[in-house]
Amino acid sequence: MNFETTIGLEVHVELKTKSKIFSPSPVEFGDKPNANTNVIDWGYPGVLPTTNKGVVHDGIMAGLALHAEIERHPHFDRKNYFYPDNPKAYQITQSETPIAHDGWVEVEVNGQKKKIGIAEMHIEEDAGKNTHESEHSFVDLNRQGTPLIEIVSKPDIASPDEAYAYLEQLRQIVQFTGVSDVKMEEGSMRVDTNISIRPIGQKEFGTKVEMKNINSFNYVRKSLEYEEQRQQRVLMSGGTIQQETRRFDETTGQTELMRVKEGSDDYRYFPEPDLPVLDISQDWIDQIAKELPEAPNKRRQRYVNELGITDYDAMVVTQTKEMSDFFDQMIREGADAKLAANYLQGSVNEYLNDNQVELQDTKLTPQHLATMIKLITDGTISSKMAKKVFKAITKGEEPKKFVEEKGMVQLSDPAKLQPIVNSVIADNPQSVEDFHNGKDRAIGFLVGQIMKQTHGKANPQIVNKLLKDSMNK
Amino acid sequence: MNYFNQSLTSIHKQLVDKDISAEELTNQTLKNIKQVDGDINAFLTLDEDGALAQAKQLDENGIEPDNLLSGMPVAIKDNIVTKGLKTTAASKILENFTPIYDATAAAKMKKLGTIAVGKTNMDEFAMGGSTENSAFKITHNPWDKTKVPGGSSGGSAAAVAAGEVIAALGSDTGGSIRQPASFNGVVGMKPTYGRVSRWGLIAFGSSLDQIGPITRNVADNATLLNAIAGHDDHDLTSSTKEVPDFTSTLKKGVKGLRIGIPSEFMAQGLDDDVKKVVNETAETFKKLGATVDEVSLPHTKYGVAAYYIISSSEASSNLQRFDGIRYGRRAKNVKNLDDLYIKSRSEGFGDEVKRRIMLGTFSLSAGFYDAYFKKAAQVRTLMINDFTNVFKDFDLILAPTAPTPAYGIGEDVSDPMTMYMNDVLTLPVNLAGLPGMSVPAGFSKGLPVGVQLIGRPYDELTVYQAGNAFEQATDFAKQTPKMGGNN
Amino acid sequence: MTEKISEDQVKHVAELAKLKIDDDQLPYFTTQLDKIIGLFETLSEVDTDGVEPTSSVTDQVNVMREDIADNWHQRQALLDNAPDTQDGYIRVPTIIDESGSNE
Repeated sequence: MNFETTIGLEVHVELKTKSKIFSPSPVEFGDKPNANTNVIDWGYPGVLPTTNKGVVHDGIMAGLALHAEIERHPHFDRKNYFYPDNPKAYQITQSETPIAHDGWVEVEVNGQKKKIGIAEMHIEEDAGKNTHESEHSFVDLNRQGTPLIEIVSKPDIASPDEAYAYLEQLRQIVQFTGVSDVKMEEGSMRVDTNISIRPIGQKEFGTKVEMKNINSFNYVRKSLEYEEQRQQRVLMSGGTIQQETRRFDETTGQTELMRVKEGSDDYRYFPEPDLPVLDISQDWIDQIAKELPEAPNKRRQRYVNELGITDYDAMVVTQTKEMSDFFDQMIREGADAKLAANYLQGSVNEYLNDNQVELQDTKLTPQHLATMIKLITDGTISSKMAKKVFKAITKGEEPKKFVEEKGMVQLSDPAKLQPIVNSVIADNPQSVEDFHNGKDRAIGFLVGQIMKQTHGKANPQIVNKLLKDSMNK
Repeated sequence: MNYFNQSLTSIHKQLVDKDISAEELTNQTLKNIKQVDGDINAFLTLDEDGALAQAKQLDENGIEPDNLLSGMPVAIKDNIVTKGLKTTAASKILENFTPIYDATAAAKMKKLGTIAVGKTNMDEFAMGGSTENSAFKITHNPWDKTKVPGGSSGGSAAAVAAGEVIAALGSDTGGSIRQPASFNGVVGMKPTYGRVSRWGLIAFGSSLDQIGPITRNVADNATLLNAIAGHDDHDLTSSTKEVPDFTSTLKKGVKGLRIGIPSEFMAQGLDDDVKKVVNETAETFKKLGATVDEVSLPHTKYGVAAYYIISSSEASSNLQRFDGIRYGRRAKNVKNLDDLYIKSRSEGFGDEVKRRIMLGTFSLSAGFYDAYFKKAAQVRTLMINDFTNVFKDFDLILAPTAPTPAYGIGEDVSDPMTMYMNDVLTLPVNLAGLPGMSVPAGFSKGLPVGVQLIGRPYDELTVYQAGNAFEQATDFAKQTPKMGGNN
Repeated sequence: MTEKISEDQVKHVAELAKLKIDDDQLPYFTTQLDKIIGLFETLSEVDTDGVEPTSSVTDQVNVMREDIADNWHQRQALLDNAPDTQDGYIRVPTIIDESGSNE
């Protein structure tokens, strides 16, 4: 029997607003427990929520970036459940009228392009955090009320590879809007998956199995691959899939049962009476559309078509909005596109990885890097010298000034080089003879001699040319 | 001293003339409360030290001659949070809870120089109509101590009726200001939904709750609403409409005013004396130059069902935060987290609160939402339309406030259905979000009877205007109960 | 009279609401709720086809707060009011079942 797979993804993304979604407490992490909380975040008797305009703005922006329809009259709903990190024992979310619906993301898997539908995207509040010890658990409400968008895919995803590609695209698209850092490792992006299989030709979907909070795209793919196989084995051996939540064990690469779902949860959703409905004007939507930064796929097309860099290079420099903006700025500063892309994926990435920092948190500027590249292309410095210059610009030094101060300017003037070439030829008759006898190695020795005399500053291309010209006379 | 035969104006004059200082007034108020309240039980908490300190400060700063509330002792219902002053909502689950912020209404009053002498008794979380659902004490009706003071703002209404304070704040979700006002022969206003900020009002039914004043007369009531009304950035449902001076039209009279009496409100189940009071009130209004005609609010009979579904649903969600985790009462000796939740809540809530939570939870639960919650919300729309239609041709609605005068303590508690039916005349006003005020309009066997004046949304002005005209033409508001032995 | 709510349903609802109804109270509670829900059912007489539900009567639409952070510095007061705390955290009995957590 052959099966087809249906995967659904629910992605939570934390928005980078200054204040929480329903309280003015700051959205900041790493502070003392409960430092960024107030009576609203604690669900005190008598408190009321207030809708953060920035969250609605960002929600609309993300919706537009995902090609979704914006709901003009959204309201909030309450989702009721008890949990220590959920202070009101209800979460304010959107159930009836998500702020955006019917969007899509285009993915490419094995050279095949495919549009994956987005059923809906809503805005809601995050919960606090619980930590556990043997006797007690501890509640920190700093995260309570952090704005989230939840993006729910349509049942269009047919393989773990597509799921991976979808997540990668989604991350990139949202990251480029600037509304979120979208980092799995920091929890600003969280993924829940569900997967079912059915015999090809069967109309109804199979029974869904859910997996929650898997912490990397790779593990999402691996867990779905495992689950796909497991469900096939169960069905092939005549078993049935039960509706359950499973956990992915990263060490074994297997999924294991967490709990069996008995019917559906009863969250008793109803419209939030404390918050007036929103009335989103077309004007506001248009204005946000104008603010929307150029999408990553558009940038890639532009880089390939207008700047002539390769698809691969274009992909690398559009990993993050910051990188892509940096690249654009370098081009505006007059840097060669190919070299700019090379440096970003080479030295720059290496530097970021070694130091575990973000591009925007370094002293690197597009101006400096572009200046350095121009120094290379006009022959002022060699690529070997550029290594030292790069090191200097990571410390914030101006490359031109640095090169001059260190006397690193490459010796490219033939009038200055010719006398040195002449004396080296005169001093090494044997090598000249070897050269005339076709021994190419001889020229390398002669170049080395010139480099020695010029302390490495001679421009090797020019030296080569001068040597050959002189000896062939 | 007691506040019988007093008004804000008369007390204010004594303060301005320095016949009495704010400190002396507060002291005497507290002294009187201690004498009288043993029989009434209107107060749950007194704040002697805080009140006296505040009064002293006011004396030092000087009483503001143009501010009737400057230095005025008042009482606040115990579901309105007051910073540093115990606030329990008459529930065991909050028995030792001290808020760390002020409700906007309380803060506004304080800023104008009122002195909160204490917090008044109520039905637990405002659920009830007799104040018998308080977890702490039974409040007695000053007119007849064997009778209930009504509820849920029974403590506030009784405190004003007994002359313990000149004014008090209450809250009204389905009649909780107006019905006790009627039972106690005082004036109680439930403003338009959104007129007063709900920030700091411990939520019962969020789409229905409003804070409002309870006073001895209409003019004082308008002055208090002036103090607490207005938009609040903390409550996005509070209206940004301009707040008029509610005392500005008090003397305009009712000539030409078109008043409607809904026939459905005068139907069976209404006490004969109450019916008579309403009819006499209509006659008085006619004499004063208003027209009075019968009108119809056809969906009235579905009000009780719609109201109890909506208010209980909202309450079931609002009261989930009382879980013993972050504040309030946490049960001891629990086995695990779930046990902590269940014990804290089961020990902390009284039966009526549990019943409403259960009803609300049921009405919202999977499979029942459409038949109950959603249906009720649709019926609510129809009820609003009923009012809108009437207000096309009428300026004001006149109706009985409660089907009966105050009933005996212990009479009603056994059957929740009877209790729920008692709200039938007040709750439509909450469902429609309208302003409604109960004014003293007569007596039945020595017990006061109030009538309700209901206005268009945000038209408290007309309500006050008519209420004041009626009050000036009659002497019901001037009557006082015979208290203890010293009256 | 047909039953509007059964004892099992009452138990289920109590569970959702984290309330304990003692077994000896269950029939009493059920009868009461049944009566009230019977009253609720009178709404089925009303034709509400095409009628929009009203979930709020506020006159406010589209009111929002500007995104400006403001720490009210209530941490200590909040912790002081909590029944059990440790090192700035609210302390509760160990949470065993993580499944109740929001995603």
